Amino acid sequence: MLNTNAKLSEKVFDPENVKAGSTRDGFGHGVVEAGEKDKNVVVMCADLMESTRSHWFNEKFPDRYIEMGVAEQNLASVAAGISLVGKIPFIASYAAFSPGRNNEQIRTLISLKKANVKICGMHAGVSVGPDGATHQQLEDIALMRVQPNMIVLVPSDEEEARKAVIAAAEYEGPVYIRFGRTSTPEITTKDTPFEIGKAFRVWEGKDPVVGIIASGPFLHSALVAAKNLKEKGIESIVLNLHTIKPLDTKALLALSNEVGAIVTVEEHQIAGGMGSTVAEYLAQVKPMPMEFIGVKDRFGQSGNPAELIEHYGMGVSHIESAVRKALDRI
Amino acid sequence: MSITKEQIAEVESKARDIRETIIEMLTEAKSGHTAGPLGMADVFSTFYFHILKHNANDPDWEERDRLILSNGHIVPVRYATMAHAGYFPLKEVMTLRKFGTRLQGHPEPDRLPGLETNSGPLGSGLSQAAGIAYGLDMDGKENYTYCLLSDGELQAGNTWEAAMFAGVNKLNRLICVIDRNNIQINGMTQDVMPLEPLADKFKSFGFHVIEIDGHSIKEIVAAVDEGKAQKDMPTMIIAKTVPGKGIPEIEGDYTWHGKPPTPEEAERFLKIVRSCGGRVTEEYS
Repeated sequence: MLNTNAKLSEKVFDPENVKAGSTRDGFGHGVVEAGEKDKNVVVMCADLMESTRSHWFNEKFPDRYIEMGVAEQNLASVAAGISLVGKIPFIASYAAFSPGRNNEQIRTLISLKKANVKICGMHAGVSVGPDGATHQQLEDIALMRVQPNMIVLVPSDEEEARKAVIAAAEYEGPVYIRFGRTSTPEITTKDTPFEIGKAFRVWEGKDPVVGIIASGPFLHSALVAAKNLKEKGIESIVLNLHTIKPLDTKALLALSNEVGAIVTVEEHQIAGGMGSTVAEYLAQVKPMPMEFIGVKDRFGQSGNPAELIEHYGMGVSHIESAVRKALDRI
Repeated sequence: MSITKEQIAEVESKARDIRETIIEMLTEAKSGHTAGPLGMADVFSTFYFHILKHNANDPDWEERDRLILSNGHIVPVRYATMAHAGYFPLKEVMTLRKFGTRLQGHPEPDRLPGLETNSGPLGSGLSQAAGIAYGLDMDGKENYTYCLLSDGELQAGNTWEAAMFAGVNKLNRLICVIDRNNIQINGMTQDVMPLEPLADKFKSFGFHVIEIDGHSIKEIVAAVDEGKAQKDMPTMIIAKTVPGKGIPEIEGDYTWHGKPPTPEEAERFLKIVRSCGGRVTEEYS
């Protein structure tokens, strides 16, 4: 059943009435709030003001919005510079270009320098839809999590994205936050806790046999799968791993002690993503059968989000199959 | 800010000390870059001993001017200059590139205060400097941001993204100096990937451009003064320099871009530097 302590949306299983929003909208609202709280917050954007939802900040704080043009390497390196004089830059572009194109600038000028820059990668995953493979970033978590000093956040819905942005502004140091384009169901509420590095359970079955760990909007699919599995007699725990780095090893260890298998769910290449991160840890402390939902070493393509998610094997039915497969291996 | 003859002599004397230290530290390190640091000794000496508002005892002093070194591989000249300016004991230069040193092969301000930015991967220093200048301007600060660049690194697209940004935002307190020494690792810039017409390029990006002799202290100071007089555009000073300056046998030789002197070469080079190119007799020096 839903973890009541997480104070989730009551309509999370009500597809007709559940509120929908995008994590990029969460960015747009969150960064305005962060800007209200701290006058040093600035937004820098590479010619994608509206689609990154930076325009709300620009409307409210035009003097603190910096237009960079189509120049993602400059976006990251000017941000590194301006952070050295006390500003807190949120740099907004598509994840395919930032951190896709400017990886070296992020590595040398932001991560190595521990610069107080917040890299906001929009339109991540195949759910960008019709734009196709060039714009469907599936490697950003891998790129960012391997850089020392970098925090990596993958919020699951609009509200959590808003909180992640505010938390990133308050944290001193480099942060990567991943956002999606598409509207997805509301899972968390204003009352749901959010703390960088602290995973929490959204579903707790009685005598669970499997743990489902999800990052990003696919958390909703993980929840639906858990509910379906319960009806078929398979009890699970669903963990919202919104922070890939620092990894909440305490939560993972506790989970691994309660279940016999793990399934990870993310909209990213399986190689190097959240599932890999979890596997690297569990292999050291509690190896167990694991299955990975994600993109299997392929590029995306044009289509609508729902059909692409199905095509790449990342839907609810795929999660359920992965659970059964993992359990068969116990 | 003008400069008197006596002050020029003092800056030149410091440049000589800096060159001596560069040769000593690179020889001890057994790796590193020789041509660029020697070629920029006059520029660094002029900045630290005449132009910059800075405080060796308080490297993070908020009111300081920022000196951003974009081509981080010539950092030995900065280390040598900082040591002579009192940022740290001179003997520490001999730890260059060794395990545990604050004087990393490429600069890291988190290890050695006063370096301002990480650099080494080429082409992003102008962006960082532009970011700093923009941020200081937002806060109404009047400090200057100086950015030193190499010519070879101008081949990186990031530089031109930064130039566009600095020009359109009229960052008039951003004053840059290009070390126009015409060499890079693979040969002469003209052969590897030509850069000319360099002055016209920066003019078209909205910079006030000044071309000078990068070994003339007087011209360096005058160009910075001219840059400070600009009200609505950043300044790009193209400083024509001689790589390996001060050691005639290596001057202009691109093969000295990325190697240190051997002990035998160092002995020869130091004799030349210490005698001011032979103008001072050995007995006197």
